[in-house]
Amino acid sequence: VFLSSSFFKLQNIPAISDGKHMGFAWGPGDILVYETRYKAPCILSQKDEDIYSPILRKLFNESHHIFVGLQTIREDLPSKINAQLVRKNPHSVFYSDIHFITLFSCTILTLICFLLKVSILLAIELIWNLCEVLFIDAAPAGSLLLHLLDWVRLHKADVDERASEVLQSESPAEHRDYWNVVVSYVLQGRLEEVRQMLVKQANLQPAARSMYKQMDTLLSKMPFYNPGGTQTLTEFDVKWRHWHEEVDRCLQDNSFASNRHLELICKILLGDEDTLLDHKELLGTWYHFLVTRLLFCHPTVKPTELHYYAQSCMTMFLDSRSVPEPLDNILLAAFEFDIHQVIKECSIALNNWWFVAHLTDLLDHCKLLQSHNLHFGSNLREFLLLEYASGLFTHHSLWQLAVDYFDHCPEFGRVYLELQIERVPLETERKALKVLRICEQRQMSEQVRSICKIMAMRALRNNRLGSALSWSIRAKDAAFATLISERFLQDYCAKGTFSDLDLIDNLGPAMLLSDRLTFLGKYREFHKLYGEKRFREAAKLLLSLMTAKIAPQSFWMTLLTDALPLLEQKEVMFLSLQEEDVEVTKVELLRLALARNLAQAIVKEGTVET
Amino acid sequence: MESINAKYVSQKISKTKWRPVSHSDLQLPEIFATGSWDNEDNRISIWSIGSNLSTSMEDGFEGDPQLICEHKHDGDVLDLQFLDQDRIVTASSTGAVTIFRHHQNSQTISVSQLWARAHRYPCDNAPCTGVVCSSPEIVTVGEDGRIVVFRADQEGVVRVIGELKKSLMDCLTFDRESQTVGLQTAKSGDRVPLHCVDRHPNQQHIVATGGQDGMLCVWDVRQGNTPFSLMEAHTAEMWEVHFHPTNPDHLFTCSEDGSLLHWETSSHSDMPSFLQGGRNSSMVSRSAMAPAGGKQPLISAWLSGDSSKGRLETTHMLPSQTLSVNSLDVLGPCLVCGTDGEAIFVNRQVPV
Repeated sequence: VFLSSSFFKLQNIPAISDGKHMGFAWGPGDILVYETRYKAPCILSQKDEDIYSPILRKLFNESHHIFVGLQTIREDLPSKINAQLVRKNPHSVFYSDIHFITLFSCTILTLICFLLKVSILLAIELIWNLCEVLFIDAAPAGSLLLHLLDWVRLHKADVDERASEVLQSESPAEHRDYWNVVVSYVLQGRLEEVRQMLVKQANLQPAARSMYKQMDTLLSKMPFYNPGGTQTLTEFDVKWRHWHEEVDRCLQDNSFASNRHLELICKILLGDEDTLLDHKELLGTWYHFLVTRLLFCHPTVKPTELHYYAQSCMTMFLDSRSVPEPLDNILLAAFEFDIHQVIKECSIALNNWWFVAHLTDLLDHCKLLQSHNLHFGSNLREFLLLEYASGLFTHHSLWQLAVDYFDHCPEFGRVYLELQIERVPLETERKALKVLRICEQRQMSEQVRSICKIMAMRALRNNRLGSALSWSIRAKDAAFATLISERFLQDYCAKGTFSDLDLIDNLGPAMLLSDRLTFLGKYREFHKLYGEKRFREAAKLLLSLMTAKIAPQSFWMTLLTDALPLLEQKEVMFLSLQEEDVEVTKVELLRLALARNLAQAIVKEGTVET
Repeated sequence: MESINAKYVSQKISKTKWRPVSHSDLQLPEIFATGSWDNEDNRISIWSIGSNLSTSMEDGFEGDPQLICEHKHDGDVLDLQFLDQDRIVTASSTGAVTIFRHHQNSQTISVSQLWARAHRYPCDNAPCTGVVCSSPEIVTVGEDGRIVVFRADQEGVVRVIGELKKSLMDCLTFDRESQTVGLQTAKSGDRVPLHCVDRHPNQQHIVATGGQDGMLCVWDVRQGNTPFSLMEAHTAEMWEVHFHPTNPDHLFTCSEDGSLLHWETSSHSDMPSFLQGGRNSSMVSRSAMAPAGGKQPLISAWLSGDSSKGRLETTHMLPSQTLSVNSLDVLGPCLVCGTDGEAIFVNRQVPV
């Protein structure tokens, strides 16, 4: 069971009217269904649950961390180090959490879902490791086989479990699984372990000792290529052929004829196809068969020859009835070194862009990807990253990761981010602050203004005027600041006191944002001065407020009323100082007198006659 | 310093707190609690780093935090405090204040008490943004500007300390001796909103604050309205600042820019260099581990007038840049922090 991305779920969809059909369009995480006149073939809807699974969340977060680290690495570092970054993690993420999940899975359905997910994850790991071996490590002939052996061993760990089961039993050599374990080890080329196991059998059959000794010698003499050594590939090839001929001689001589197990091992060592195919259950997969066959027939296989063997092995291994699964096609494309085909197949088979996006990015950084430009401008790497990040943005929590991905898409990343970031729901002020920080760091002033306005409106609705004012100050939104200052002043008129004194007192340079705000700040200052009994300064300030024309019309009455007590003071507060012009003084005195008169008149008029 | 590794936990962590250890035992802290945010199902979780916990899980290395138990939490966890060894108080974005009880023998958590609308607007929910407690009293503050006092085990509100017309959320410290709540509302020279405050454990007049611009300010509350020293600490909002409880020459700050800084002052005089006038301290910064991608210049040296009377050293505590570090807590030699990258970092050998 691999990569059956068909996890179907039936949904109830409201009825479509007569004569119309249902159409659909894919979104990043879901599907839109609509009514239409046009007819198309029927498809079942599918819900993308992957993004919500806790295991996958860890994967997304870890890979995000690595992705960001990868982008900032300098060009001249060798590609090996890049691969190291990636290699570190997937295994640990998968296995430590698989245990965790098994403890908690309850219903059969969750178990099935879980197993599906696990199988997909394991398949992803398999593909990823193969891509590392073939594309990034790019091993030449000789080392290639060794890497492929490692790859197969990594993904067939059940051998060790069975081996330990056998070895811990009372009499290992008589365990029913004993020979299966031995043969499995041979198939994986782990000849040291084979020899250790065979010793136990040899001890049980002293009569056949010489035969076991002979097998042991054969096994110990099998040459393995040493990439760091002084031996060239040709020398190794010669040596290997000698050994191969020796094994063949043993078989022809019927040295092992009396022991069918040893004879079997001998045939495997010769790479006999029929014998190998007899042990399909032990091999498990066609790619194991491929690697084993290469090990015992063509250990000096070159990368360019790989796909011939891959194709033929797959054909031989799979029954004529069975159809290759998506995983098989992907692996085959990898063996053919067709990177684009690998990416294409993965995109189709997996319903989440995570894998292809990161793989393409890594290959791009290793300069392995000839990016042909797609006809809407961006290249393949960017396209995949954009798709992946857009999918992340639909998640209520993982949207923060997406920001970094957009940052590293030079062509369209910024535009995508601008469109998406405004749609993040802002439930608390803290979240709004984080979103704002993201926008401000990237100079997205439109979005900053928009977010601040949302928060300010919300505050206003709850009558939190101070909060609303700070949001509009942050956005440098003059119009809104004016609106809120008006509200403040209206409040003052209604209640006689100010709310949020703290904020107004400490506006600082922000006061200059809007005229009304300046007036508010200065007016408050006037009150403060008055409260501190610094009447002369207060009077001066009030005068400047009146003459500066920044007071709103509705407020003039209040200003005049405030002037009243000052006018009544014994001292003439408004006497100008020596520096000022006589003319100006006259005008001011005149104004003052008029104001006084007007004030008294209004007071008289407004007085209710009792 | 031992290398510090990330534990990925599939939830963005908004708060982490060590469970208090009784001083008589001289034990190292073992248990910490975390709260998540921005999830559809938020949770509070309790973790252990002790080695006496039997686990059947494969770990990367010893000391990896293990989840003991967790409980669903309605709304983002905006603040979290241990009321005592068994009880945790949380402040929620729905305006609720909840007390959870951790049952140690069954390793479960249950809700012990809930005040659902502790903070509210007339028509909306108002997030409760801070909680501080000194058993059995709990004081909370919210976006609606009210400070409310509760008593554990009592149903209703004990009293509401004034309607503050606060423009932005603030932070509380609790002064046990005088049974008052000190609400730090002072603003720095540039009138920047504050996000966090902490009081020196021994010298109660020394207060450190951090705000929206990432500057670390140290105040002497006896003297005036301007900070004693101002240091550029982070490039984005500073979320938390903590003096080390037993070794207050050490200070820790964490920020939206993804870094966690350890400040260590070593002065030759008795007074910590904070109080010798910030303008005279010079700062030396070094990275404990070079982040991937090379060196990063940390902090500009503060204005140095005369020769410095004290030295202040700053260290990055996280190996590489992460998403925002939302919370940190330090107790003894152990430090825990949580990030928006859904990771928890635990360092058991903080050099204090």
